[in-house]
Amino acid sequence: MPEHTFRVNGEQMTVDVAPDVRLLWVLRDILGITGPKYGCGINVCKACTSHLNGQAFNPCSVPVGDVGPEDEITTIEGLPATVGRELHPMQEAWLDHDVAQCGYCQPGQIMAAVALVRRVRSEGRAVTDADLDTLRNICRCGTYPRIRKAVAEAEAHM
Amino acid sequence: MHDAIGRRRFLGYVLAAPTLVTAAELGRTPTASAGQHSPAPAQLPSPEITEIVDLNDMMTVAAAPTANLISVEVGPDGSVSFALPRAEVGQGITTSTAMLIAEELGVPLERVRVTLADARPELVFNQLTGGSNTTFSTYTPVRVAAAVARTRLLDAAAADFGVPATRLTLDGGTVSGPGRRGVDIGKLAAKASSVRAENVAVELRKRESFKVIGTPRSRIDALEAVTGKKKFAVDLDVPNALPTMVCRAPTVNGVVGSVANLGEVRGMPGITDVARISTGVAVRGETFGQCIDAVRALRVSWRPGTAEGKSDDDVREELRAAELPLVRKPPLTDTVDETFTFHFRSNSALEPNCAIADVRADRAEIWSSLKSPIVAKQTVAARLGLPQRAVTVHVTEGGGSFGRKLFFDGALEAAEASQRFGKPVRLMWHRADDSRQGRTHPMATSRVRISYKGDTVLRYDQRHTSVSTDLGHGLGEIITATAAQLPVGDIGFAETFFQLSQTMSYDFGFNSRLLTETDKGFNTGSMRNVYSPDVTCARELMVDELATRMDRDPYELRRAFLRDDRSRRALEKVARAGDWGRQMPDGLAQGIAFHAEYKAVSACLVELDCRRETVERPIRNAVAGPRVTKVVFAVDVGLAVNPRGLEAQMMGCINDGIALALTSSLHLRDGSFLEASWDNYFYTRQWNTPPELQIIVLPDSSDEPGGAGELGVAASVSAVACAYRRATGTMPTSFPINHDTLSFEPKPTVPPVPQSPTDGRDHAW
Repeated sequence: MPEHTFRVNGEQMTVDVAPDVRLLWVLRDILGITGPKYGCGINVCKACTSHLNGQAFNPCSVPVGDVGPEDEITTIEGLPATVGRELHPMQEAWLDHDVAQCGYCQPGQIMAAVALVRRVRSEGRAVTDADLDTLRNICRCGTYPRIRKAVAEAEAHM
Repeated sequence: MHDAIGRRRFLGYVLAAPTLVTAAELGRTPTASAGQHSPAPAQLPSPEITEIVDLNDMMTVAAAPTANLISVEVGPDGSVSFALPRAEVGQGITTSTAMLIAEELGVPLERVRVTLADARPELVFNQLTGGSNTTFSTYTPVRVAAAVARTRLLDAAAADFGVPATRLTLDGGTVSGPGRRGVDIGKLAAKASSVRAENVAVELRKRESFKVIGTPRSRIDALEAVTGKKKFAVDLDVPNALPTMVCRAPTVNGVVGSVANLGEVRGMPGITDVARISTGVAVRGETFGQCIDAVRALRVSWRPGTAEGKSDDDVREELRAAELPLVRKPPLTDTVDETFTFHFRSNSALEPNCAIADVRADRAEIWSSLKSPIVAKQTVAARLGLPQRAVTVHVTEGGGSFGRKLFFDGALEAAEASQRFGKPVRLMWHRADDSRQGRTHPMATSRVRISYKGDTVLRYDQRHTSVSTDLGHGLGEIITATAAQLPVGDIGFAETFFQLSQTMSYDFGFNSRLLTETDKGFNTGSMRNVYSPDVTCARELMVDELATRMDRDPYELRRAFLRDDRSRRALEKVARAGDWGRQMPDGLAQGIAFHAEYKAVSACLVELDCRRETVERPIRNAVAGPRVTKVVFAVDVGLAVNPRGLEAQMMGCINDGIALALTSSLHLRDGSFLEASWDNYFYTRQWNTPPELQIIVLPDSSDEPGGAGELGVAASVSAVACAYRRATGTMPTSFPINHDTLSFEPKPTVPPVPQSPTDGRDHAW
């Protein structure tokens, strides 16, 4: 079977699996990285949201054959290291607002929120209600209002 | 003040163990002065059955004959451990339970470790998580066990110090006394232990001295949740438990006829096993991705299911045929009448049905989030042909429930697949399966007639007719589960449940409510409450209609007819905080509603924007719809153990209510539900959630906590519906309001699950 090499959370990984297997399963079932969650498998619920070379993406919809040694994947487990801290400011804001309920969607929510703040900042502006409305990550516990508050707080500390 | 102390004195136990282990009886914690006084029952002028006995009472009484213990352990490292015989699914009961222990024992909250107990059949009725009953039923026993630990630790320190225990204090995990350096409880744990079980009488802390209970605390698992370390069932590392999925029928509960290509699919990359099981064809492989490939490759001929050929309209007709006649209109009175329809809704949590199972010839082990683990254990044992004692059921942290995890569909299927394969399995339902074949809240109609004369309401009648709700989890034990499956017993049980869970909050003269059920062909269950969101929504809309007919303000009319001051306080609070009656542009309106249940009261005020440009705002693959722009919610649960957690529960309830009123339903067409994705089933998303939200936890009105987990949905859905009526000038009679418009392209039913896209890189942002 073909080997695939790429980087996850700062470490080089090589897996031996068919190239069409989506990255979510490579991360979860082969590498044992369980922060990214399954919620739909069709890039709709966004529970698996992680970062690919610093951009938000959904590993349920990327075949492992599409990534190479130059690609850096960051999951929730590797987020704090991207800022060289114990916790990323977004995670700290999440704790301050006690955002999580069941917690299942939360890794994906946090990774999407970090990407949103970065994108909005790259456009030279601050996060608006309309920006928050674009977050597609579903939270079946309905903790959306606390997510909105936490993003606003983290934005000030990122 | 003798009575006040008497009410706080209880009997607990110290158990035989090398370290300090204390216990109390769950469900029946005897007072130390039992039998000394028997207060006369309050006389009510017009008693409501739920004011005397409600669902919580029934569940608590049901538990009374069982003398079974819950225990608190103090470790030599000073940590405090407790295995909660309930399921944590996001509602925050591990945190509130840790708070009770921290309070009573005198330790920092961070030292208390609350885990979820395995299935314990000896608890009989007392390991069911439902009916928003956890805090209500465990509030006293948990504190008694902790108080016994405090007493024993103080006694041990007193012997050590050579001073009376009354001169010592236990605070912050340290025992100290006059002129003595503090000693950590970890150092006292062995001394405080016992070689035999003994009764210990304890006095619980006074309400006025609470330092933890009633203060806002963050979840004890918050750090694990935000770092991705929190483990759900399929995240657990169980050796050789490989991914497993099931190929399911295109119609509800369809069954396998034959499979044309079992051998071919067994040979697919990564696949280790393929076999027929009772719910379809199970496949096991190296990754879930390869399981999806295998499920899609299977060529199965299916036999009919239990809803063959039926569509929404057929079920609506069945309901119409089953509807009981309403009472005749009283002579010389006016009436308001309406019939409301509530469509099928999915109680799918974000964590789909899933379980790990390791079944061997002589034993089995199951890991899953289960709210009725005793019934699960008994049913799994029966299915596998194993004695109950050979089956171990571990309750894992759950990724949401909303009623779904009262059942154990995933665990039973995992056990069957593991036995069939002779190997451990990590079984998970695909989202499409979870939505189409998973449990639903049943379609129902609610008919309301309010009879009035001038300013006086003479009677209120409501007839609720529903597709049968599976209450087969009973009250948590197989005997009741079996009884609930009997045709006659089930009707009695459902009617009992209905009567006990519904209340009439308004002084509307004579009132009657009846439930009729029909059609057992669907996989149903409760969904963040069984009946109340529908029953209350119908009632509150009719209260608004009555206000219109009487030419009265909807808020003032409610305020005038609410039966007690506690209810009025909640309603008045949201009216004031939400500026009820303020002028709004055309197309926008406020709505206000009230709901009482679980010994709690709640009121909700919303502002809804129904202007065309808002309703039709463009959002990809979504329903935009009317936007709830503001919500003010007031809640009084008697005693709020953790106000921050309570606020979180209300927040979730509000978002559920918005979805029920406006966007979320399942469409039944020709024996199948069409929804197969979160972009088909329109639960509230960021673009639907209120930008402005105020949740007001009212001052405690009782010495005991009521229920909260499901409480807030009914008032929320009702307030949104009432706002819709006022904003549009038309009475909505079918929910959700967008049900008649299908807002997505249905996915195929064969193969049953969609393939994952491959273009994820193109959508990185």
